[in-house]
Amino acid sequence: MAASCDSLVLILLVCLSAQAVDRSNFKTCDQSAFCKRQRELKPGQSPYRALLDTLELSDSRITLQLINDNNKVRLLLELYRLQGNMTRVKINELKPIKPRYEVPDVLISDPLTEALSVVSQDENSLVLSLGGKEQRLIVSAQPFRLDIVEGPQVLMSLNSRGLLAFEHLRARKDTISHKISSTVGSMWDSLKNIFSSKSESEEVTGQENAEKQSDEDEQIREEEDKPGMWEETFKSHSDSKPNGPSSISLDFSLPGVEHVYGIPEHADTLKLKNTDGSDPYRLYNLDVFQYELHNPMALYGAVPVLISHSTDRTMGIFWLNAAETWVDISSNTAGKTMFGKMLDFVKVSSEAPQTDVRWISESGIIDVFIMLGPKPTDVFTQYASLTGTQSFPPLSALAYHQCRWNYNDQEDVKAVDQGFDEHDIPYDFIWLDIEHADGKRYFTWDPSKFPQPKDMLQGLMDKRRKLVAIVDPHIRVDSGYRIHNEIRSKNFYVKNKDGGDYEGWCWPGNSGYPDFTNPEMRAWWASMFAYDQYEGSMANQYIWNDMNEPSVFNGPEVTMHKDALHGVWEHREVHNLYGLYVQKATADGLIQRSGGVERPFVLTRAFFAGSQRYGAVWTGDNAAEWGHLKMSIPMCLSLGLVGISFCGADVGGFFKHPSEELLVRWYQAGAYQPFFRAHAHIDTPRREPWLFGPENTALIREAVRQRYALLPYWYQLFYNAHRTGQPVMRPLWVEYPDNVATFSIEDEYLIGKDLLVHPVTDEGASGVTAYLPGKGEVWYDVHTFQKHDGDQNLYIPVTMNSIPVFQRGGSIICRKDRVRRSSSCMENDPYSLYVALSSQGSAEGELYIDDFHTFNFEKSKQFVHRQLSFSDNILSSRNLSPDSQFSTGSWIEKIVIIGGSQPSSVTLKTEDGTESTLEFEFDSTRAVLTLRKPAVNAAADWTVLLR
Amino acid sequence: MTCIHLLMTLVFAVSLGTAVEIQRPRGVPLSKKAFYEENKPFTCLDGSRTIPFDRVNDDYCDCKDGSDEPGTAACPNGSFHCTNAGFRPTFIPSSRINDGICDCCDTTDEYNSGAKCENTCKELGRKEREVLQKMAEITKEGFLLKQQLIEEAKKGRQEKQDKVTDMQENKKQLEEKVEALRTVKETAEQPEKEAKERHLKAWEEQKAAIRLEKDKAKMAEAFLELDDNADGFVSVSELQTHAELDPDADGTLTETEAQGLMGGTEQVDTSTFESVWASIKDKYHSESQPEEPAPVETSPDEVKEPVVDNESEPYPEEDISEEEDEDDDDEDDYHEDDDKAPPTVRTPEKSQDDEEAMPPYDVDTQALIDAAQKARDDFEEAEKALREMDDQIGNIEKELSFDFGPNAEFTYLYSQCYELTTSEYIYRLCPFNRVSQKPKYGGSETNLGSWGSWSGPENNKYLVMKYEHGTGCWQGPSRSTTVKLTCGKETVVTSTSEPSRCEYLMEFTTPAVCQEPNNTDLSPHGHEEL
Repeated sequence: MAASCDSLVLILLVCLSAQAVDRSNFKTCDQSAFCKRQRELKPGQSPYRALLDTLELSDSRITLQLINDNNKVRLLLELYRLQGNMTRVKINELKPIKPRYEVPDVLISDPLTEALSVVSQDENSLVLSLGGKEQRLIVSAQPFRLDIVEGPQVLMSLNSRGLLAFEHLRARKDTISHKISSTVGSMWDSLKNIFSSKSESEEVTGQENAEKQSDEDEQIREEEDKPGMWEETFKSHSDSKPNGPSSISLDFSLPGVEHVYGIPEHADTLKLKNTDGSDPYRLYNLDVFQYELHNPMALYGAVPVLISHSTDRTMGIFWLNAAETWVDISSNTAGKTMFGKMLDFVKVSSEAPQTDVRWISESGIIDVFIMLGPKPTDVFTQYASLTGTQSFPPLSALAYHQCRWNYNDQEDVKAVDQGFDEHDIPYDFIWLDIEHADGKRYFTWDPSKFPQPKDMLQGLMDKRRKLVAIVDPHIRVDSGYRIHNEIRSKNFYVKNKDGGDYEGWCWPGNSGYPDFTNPEMRAWWASMFAYDQYEGSMANQYIWNDMNEPSVFNGPEVTMHKDALHGVWEHREVHNLYGLYVQKATADGLIQRSGGVERPFVLTRAFFAGSQRYGAVWTGDNAAEWGHLKMSIPMCLSLGLVGISFCGADVGGFFKHPSEELLVRWYQAGAYQPFFRAHAHIDTPRREPWLFGPENTALIREAVRQRYALLPYWYQLFYNAHRTGQPVMRPLWVEYPDNVATFSIEDEYLIGKDLLVHPVTDEGASGVTAYLPGKGEVWYDVHTFQKHDGDQNLYIPVTMNSIPVFQRGGSIICRKDRVRRSSSCMENDPYSLYVALSSQGSAEGELYIDDFHTFNFEKSKQFVHRQLSFSDNILSSRNLSPDSQFSTGSWIEKIVIIGGSQPSSVTLKTEDGTESTLEFEFDSTRAVLTLRKPAVNAAADWTVLLR
Repeated sequence: MTCIHLLMTLVFAVSLGTAVEIQRPRGVPLSKKAFYEENKPFTCLDGSRTIPFDRVNDDYCDCKDGSDEPGTAACPNGSFHCTNAGFRPTFIPSSRINDGICDCCDTTDEYNSGAKCENTCKELGRKEREVLQKMAEITKEGFLLKQQLIEEAKKGRQEKQDKVTDMQENKKQLEEKVEALRTVKETAEQPEKEAKERHLKAWEEQKAAIRLEKDKAKMAEAFLELDDNADGFVSVSELQTHAELDPDADGTLTETEAQGLMGGTEQVDTSTFESVWASIKDKYHSESQPEEPAPVETSPDEVKEPVVDNESEPYPEEDISEEEDEDDDDEDDYHEDDDKAPPTVRTPEKSQDDEEAMPPYDVDTQALIDAAQKARDDFEEAEKALREMDDQIGNIEKELSFDFGPNAEFTYLYSQCYELTTSEYIYRLCPFNRVSQKPKYGGSETNLGSWGSWSGPENNKYLVMKYEHGTGCWQGPSRSTTVKLTCGKETVVTSTSEPSRCEYLMEFTTPAVCQEPNNTDLSPHGHEEL
């Protein structure tokens, strides 16, 4: 940017300026009226009672009414048994005065149900069968609670602490309609409330006995209004709340559980912390300027999924609600919440640990999916069956991305592109931030800086490289801007509470926000990516959606006013969903522009449950600090646990200027994280990899090359994630669920199950201590092939070129060791197989190949998927998908067998039965056997026999 | 299934119309042909091992140094030689062989990728020769210009040095003169000061006498006014007619109060009125001029004489002497015209003008003043001349202190400025001074850095200028500019950019960096084979 910074931008920046996050810009629970109200409610006997005589049972669900004995409001409870060992619990008002919001478009389809049957019933309970393994769902009537048990074991209890609270929709008391409709009885109640000096909770218990016997059809009792129910102000912003209070809350108890994870996005530890005495974890998509580490503040995205894990079982709670949500976690002992009928047939030690979780949302309904595991992989499968799996990215998106705010102009892009070739560093994507567009009018190009975008894109295409341009969802209000005019004329903008187009400040100045919740709007948005609509765009241009929380510089908490309107629904209801829709519409656009042929690649900053279906996410505007480098690991691990595998952090750190050491270490760490992109703030000095002297250039080159060599493995893992929902980047406990030592590890992780990475994240480190899991297993240093036993803490001395990575004994990893300047240039290159033998002398792995960029793998089964296995001195390649077909030019160049012994001869047998002898070399000091040039096609059947 | 590539390739190269045919493995430069002898075992160039010749270029990496695969992408550290007949031969990393991208202009790197490459060597060679030729011409002419610049700079430098020497000499004389005049001035100022003091003292005495007279007259007048019945006594009741004399300011002068003022007596005659007058004169309103407030006594030290302090006078001397003359001639006019009065002079009370006006100096005093003033003027003038001389010497010495290059060839840039207008800004480079940027369509100028230092590479630091400590950036460092100098006939800023926030880059051509053309050979391919 030029010297006299655009005054508007300057003002906006000043508004946001601070050395670190300005916490006062964001609400604490106390400042969020509903959270405060809900959190004032302490555990105790629930006022809710299940009316068992209202039970209705069908094949797929049962329904029951619940009544709140304090106010006589009735709720409708729906229970579903879902295929794949899940239970869905839905609670809504029985007769709300107007509909409450139910989150659409997140579930990929109506979940398939299984029959629920009543096992037994008495006056205060109902026992339902959840199928095999003696799994039961017990409904206790008074106080209302749900318990899921397996045999004698309680897996999870709902409302066991009595924190179910459902603020029913009500008419405002000072309105005329209310006065007319008031009955004498309810007026009496109002008066009583007004004159009552007792606190709410005292009143509740006081009423308890008196009302126990009373008629259940009694008139709904009105509650006293509390502050913030009908209007709320924060800083200079006021929320008009025309619908009044509508918040919901429910507690879950997890006996035997000490470790819970998930509910991203927070810059905090992998294992969730106890929130007693602090704020709950907050889920509310926000553009947080210079976010702080280690606190539960909300960040850019929200996935309301919590994973619990113990040596016995892994489970998940998916709280499907897109409104502002707070999650309290507390540790407890199990005995506390066990009482009544439960004690009769359930064995629970009162000393057993327990974790209690409480969800509070501002609005909507309670719609919870309880994923019962029992193994981590089962929970991932269960969650994937609800919200879908990771989109399968084009291979190049898994390669290295070079970004900066901003590459100034076409010449700059060209020079950086050449810089990579001059320094022999591979890269696939160069990125353009907001300055590329003409006055921040997305879908356009700055006419003086990017006068010939197609020339630029063609230049990159000639190098088999690609570009990403940013398209944000705030649209400059400018009658000379076609996109704005069309959105306005089609009435596609979000509306303010008074019905006019909602306007807020963002990068372009005054901006409108398209209503992405509207499917027509999304279809139109998608159509804007067509080559004839988006002038200057080409097939090798992809898209980045930033600021889609949405970020509104002058809005409350830098986001949209909650009383803004998306059709009939308030922004309050859809807030956390907005970013998902933006990415979805953009990804749809990229698919459509290619006629449905090409896989899209779209990066988003805001996300929600289900965002994994649309592309990649990154951890937002981090900083060039060692703490942020460290934090990138738990942040991406947390996202992976809840379905979003394609995660990365800005390499080098967005804000501030990294030291050379930090930059190198970040490249080394980033090379082993799913989304690998360097990015930098516009105010920082240039940071291209070759600007820090030949030594650092060589270190960065080596890190990037390691990434490229491993691309076949990454690609296969993403294929697997797409197929099955298993995360790509995994905490150790996912693969070693019985090993308590792994439960809190967040400075190392697994890629798939076969590579263990412990990046160096400390300044001046001379070594790291890595925990190698697995009793009886072995691990091999991928650089030296040195063998280490599992189940030990291993100290690894490091130098600046060390990236501690280990391959699991028992695995086969395919690499492409011929690293070229982009992944596309490597598409037909041969594979090298790295066979790391287990202590039993066996190994297994997979190889997946397709065209690397189209949907043909899905549409017409054009791919190669092979099982590679080594046992009894025979290595073989077997077709895992006989009905698919794809021909590849790639062949097997080399087979490296690690941890074996020297054979006397090696024979290769191909599918036509031909046998030939392979030459080999054996390095006896490292026990590494290298088979020279089998030269079989990678798609073929073959066996190699060691004698 | 692997593609077994051609081990050998025939390379046809055309140069100067002569066709030569050389056989060697693909990717091997002519200089290394000897190491690749067909049908003889090949020893890796690092000597690490020896392999059968059929493993050279067999698409499998056997040598650690990559030397067995000069023509394939098998070795991570290999390099491929493009002959590029007609252009420059070059090595490319072997990872660029058959990657679908045409790297060698002779297309030899893409022999099995399906990439459609065209041989562009001839065209590139022609273009390069053109460019080199042009460059050579520019260099040649630029170098001639540079010689002139050096000559001029030498001459200029000598002139300036001579001038400084002369000026130093003159300065010495001036300094002596200043000292002499200072003595003259001080000698003349002593009698001036004494005469002025005498004059002032006499005037003070005179003023006191006049004031006493006036007071007496007023008292008599007041007595007459108060003595309403003209009985020669002023009585309590007569005094009471003047309510303004009320000591407690409650609006009425009671009998008791009046009596108090009169010292307890009922009436006073003219002689005893004197003591009464002393206590009432401050408040007394003359009946003849009832509206006018009591005049405020001006203290004698509020002298209306303009004080001219020559040492600190900010105005030009000529103006001052004129003004002074005027003031001396007609002080009344001066006092009455506030606009003309210098801010240091207080506004006088008009009613007392006649009393306050100082009489003009007597002839002797005036003569002493005039003499002293002349001495002051002479001294000032000499001192000013000395200061100017110092400034001039300082400027020339500053210029001489700059590093204008090994042969002072950059001297001509000093005190010049060069501009470049882009779509948004006008950039201005004033070598050895500063770089600035101004919006084209209004707005204030931003300093992009002041002269810092030469900061080119070690072997020639004069290729880059660094300007530092410009206007600070928001949340960032102060702006700085790097100016890259290249040889050109003209002195001109050819481009500007801001590669990193607030770090500017300017390209600048000047003959001053043109190197002596070392030979007349314009051939671009000194290492061309064949």
